[in-house]
Amino acid sequence: MSLLIATISFYLVVAATVVGAVIAVAARNIFHNVLGLALSLIGVAGLFLYLNSPFVALMQILIYVGAITIAICFAIMLSQPLYLPAPPRNPLKIQGAAFGAGLVFIFLGLLTRQTLWTPAAERVHDWSITTIGHYLLTQYVVIFELISLLLLVAMLGAIVTARGGRGGA
Amino acid sequence: MATAAHSVSVFGMIAGLIGVMALVAVNALFLIWMERKVSAHMQLRPGPMEVGWHGAIQTIADALKLLGKELITPRDVDKPVYLAAPIVIFLPVLVSFLVIPFSQNLIIRDMHVGVLLILSFAALTVLAILMAGWASNNKYAVFGAIRSVAQNVAYEIPLLITLMSVILMVGSFRLTDIVAAQNRIWFVFVQPVAFILYIICATAETNRAPFDLPEAESELVAGFHTEYSGMRFALFFLAEYTNMFIVAALATIFFLGGWRGPFLPGLVWFLIKVYAIIFLIMWFRWTFPRVRFDQLITLSWKILIPLALANLIVTAFVLKLV
Repeated sequence: MSLLIATISFYLVVAATVVGAVIAVAARNIFHNVLGLALSLIGVAGLFLYLNSPFVALMQILIYVGAITIAICFAIMLSQPLYLPAPPRNPLKIQGAAFGAGLVFIFLGLLTRQTLWTPAAERVHDWSITTIGHYLLTQYVVIFELISLLLLVAMLGAIVTARGGRGGA
Repeated sequence: MATAAHSVSVFGMIAGLIGVMALVAVNALFLIWMERKVSAHMQLRPGPMEVGWHGAIQTIADALKLLGKELITPRDVDKPVYLAAPIVIFLPVLVSFLVIPFSQNLIIRDMHVGVLLILSFAALTVLAILMAGWASNNKYAVFGAIRSVAQNVAYEIPLLITLMSVILMVGSFRLTDIVAAQNRIWFVFVQPVAFILYIICATAETNRAPFDLPEAESELVAGFHTEYSGMRFALFFLAEYTNMFIVAALATIFFLGGWRGPFLPGLVWFLIKVYAIIFLIMWFRWTFPRVRFDQLITLSWKILIPLALANLIVTAFVLKLV
């Protein structure tokens, strides 16, 4: 019974991730793109939950859905009016995007074949704050620092973009 | 989650869900009545008096009216998003009840990431407000949504930092651990600054006056839910009042010792504390005028966030040194 529920919920989560990702890429309305991205990120959070990492799953929702998606929406609302017709798709850009995404896909595919996987249930159940803190500053320190670097780059980009002010550009 | 150690009891989950639905409905009905009565008495009016004792079942009559109303969908709305928004705003509210300990044993699932669950799902409310405001295709709704986003992003940061200083003292995200840590003294006496900051941020996060700019009646009609009617409007209202309950419950758990108290059973103490906090928030509404938007943002970024960070640093120092 509970195995059946778990299987069904797993496929629901995978469906949310994939459908969300498709909407995020394919929809013509930029607000729908963002909502698709949010759905996809919630799906990824569900995958983390399925991998026995509730902490990471909730952080995913808190940071990516709660903060980053919202920030993107905010940027959209401050950008050009949405009632104007969107420019037609540039086929060259589509090919370039498909090529880049394909490369990443092949790389990740090869990576999954190389990795030795540990079943989620065999890993630690200790999710106390102390353990998480130790993990973040020892085993996962590179990932942790890389994320901070990414945020720093995003912040610098925002400052550079905003420096001209509304009159500029 | 579905490991052998904590297998999910299907029956328990269903019973919890029914209990939560009942609580959400009764709480909203009661809070709307309370809001009317509190506002009336603060303005020396009697408030609703006709239906039931002191208007006690007035809100039930109103709810029945809302149920029977036509659901109007304006022609130019973005239909899928417009229809999804009331559902999206309501679901995360339900999830939060999963981890709230109403008393020693009355808790659906005592998760070790309890606080994070409530906070991360509370963040989805903003997304729903944004969906509603944008999909309505109405300038007042969009204004309300933009204001709401700026406000929620700004006030979420000091809220999280404030709660973090309590979590640092307890060393656990589990809500029952946080209550258990207050067996000698309530954290409101240990962390008074954090408590005040939390109440300010919670008022702003629930879009209550004096921070009710997203739905400022005198400027924006009804803000992000201007174009909603009938039961869809009621869902926004339900979510709003349930959010008030949740932030008050978090204040109770973090600062007022949760269900602890003499003589009365834990559940009663918990509800007394929660409704006392809600009364405080309602009191604010009739005491402070609405702030201007630049004042709102300045208050958060220039006063609350530095104060919350300073409080966190002081807490960390005291914990390490004393």
